[in-house]
Amino acid sequence: MTMMMDRLRSADRRPAPVAADGARGPLLTVDGLAKHYGARIGCTGVGFDLWPGEVLGIVGESGSGKTTLLKAIAGLVAPDAGSIRYDAGAGPVEVRALSEPERRRLMRTDWAFVHQNPRDGLRMGVSAGANVGERLMARGQRHYGRIRGAALDWLARVEIAGARLDDRPSAFSGGMQQRLQIARNLVSEPRLVFMDEPTGGLDVSVQARLLDLIRALVRELGLSAIVVTHDLAVVRLLADRLMVMKDGRVVEAGLTDQVLDDPAHAYTQLLVSSILQV
Amino acid sequence: MEPRIRVENVSKTFTLHTQGGTRLAVMAGASLTVRPGECVALTGPSGAGKSTLMRIVYGNYRADAGSVTVAGTEVVNAEPRTVLALRRHVLGYVSQFLRVVPRVPTIEVVAEPCLAVGRCPASAEARARALLTRLNIPERLWGLSPLTFSGGEQQRVNIARGFAHAYPALLLDEPTASLDAANRAEVLRLIAEAKADGAAILGIFHDAEARAAICDRAVDVGAFMPAAGAATEGAG
Repeated sequence: MTMMMDRLRSADRRPAPVAADGARGPLLTVDGLAKHYGARIGCTGVGFDLWPGEVLGIVGESGSGKTTLLKAIAGLVAPDAGSIRYDAGAGPVEVRALSEPERRRLMRTDWAFVHQNPRDGLRMGVSAGANVGERLMARGQRHYGRIRGAALDWLARVEIAGARLDDRPSAFSGGMQQRLQIARNLVSEPRLVFMDEPTGGLDVSVQARLLDLIRALVRELGLSAIVVTHDLAVVRLLADRLMVMKDGRVVEAGLTDQVLDDPAHAYTQLLVSSILQV
Repeated sequence: MEPRIRVENVSKTFTLHTQGGTRLAVMAGASLTVRPGECVALTGPSGAGKSTLMRIVYGNYRADAGSVTVAGTEVVNAEPRTVLALRRHVLGYVSQFLRVVPRVPTIEVVAEPCLAVGRCPASAEARARALLTRLNIPERLWGLSPLTFSGGEQQRVNIARGFAHAYPALLLDEPTASLDAANRAEVLRLIAEAKADGAAILGIFHDAEARAAICDRAVDVGAFMPAAGAATEGAG
């Protein structure tokens, strides 16, 4: 097991974004993933590949199982069946076979989870700077000046004034909290980011700014992301690929614009035709 | 010379599940080729399937049968990442409408395709500035989102973005619509330069003068309507 983590760690050098089309395999391979709540299906039979630099959108109505799926992949809920293979560059590792400490380490270093409600992803009792710096310390950084510098840099990237570094997130607006949560998650330069309705409940103008930020980060850092949302406009602008979920199953998957503009499944057609045009 | 865009026997039927499962056959036996340095116009009456065929070539609509290759890459039933890589590096598309993240400045919207293929930010921005200047978008607007612009200005930003990276194959949907004479002439020059550069261009041009000025051949899409049956490539 330690060897597995060593392999994960030894591949720590980030491949250049241009290598995203190169010879290496998928970053994440999910196969036959299922999560049941008693007799009720959370999600079942889900499988897909995610490649470096790709953004995968998961859409569906509330109750379709999309958040359950996201949490099952990210290890926030335990799946009942299926496999999740992650390859940081040194060959695929079965995530479900990792020990709890190894999985937690993966979540702190290579992966990040942006919650729908920023309060679930932030520590409300400590300062904004500490929220951002914490993940760097979890990765082993100890130099206070460098951590503070990185925190300031990331606050600037998510457009939070440096003067707010020592304020607690509870003093921030909802939009600022969400941007802070993104900074906290991305400061450690994860390879894979899970996002659950990252722009839900935000003002439209804040939403646009967040979308732009996430897109730029995908391009500049070459990170991969899985984004759950019910907002088809968000996935159109953000996701390369789309999975449509209904009753815990994937009913259609493909290129985002193909699924939205030429939907094949009856449910996708219904979803797409139900959008109000603006 | 090998065609850069090749469409062979493509057919397309829409099944409308929300309308009682109605099946609409819109295309059958569509075939055409575009060689490097060539500009081919899709012609035919409204509803003949010109836009549908362009969308199939771009991988936006799925073809039910047949083959579409662009620079040797098969588009029909291709993996999403194959199509994404093709669109990033090889196949550009200037649609009639600009679709961008709100609030992103025009200069960044236009520079983005260059950044996506790995050009350095400075050279991507220089390319964007040059194109915006040529297309007469005043510099004071470059820092604003194009979504606040007039229809004609948005169309020019869209064209600048479409020509920012030198795509070896390019799809143009009404590139000169809603442009004044000076801008129209500039867009035609851009197309001519791309052709001279060896790009294979497939386009829809309702503007007959523009079509005559820039296109080497026309393909009548009416011939690919399922009722018409025969699969022939017209030459104009």
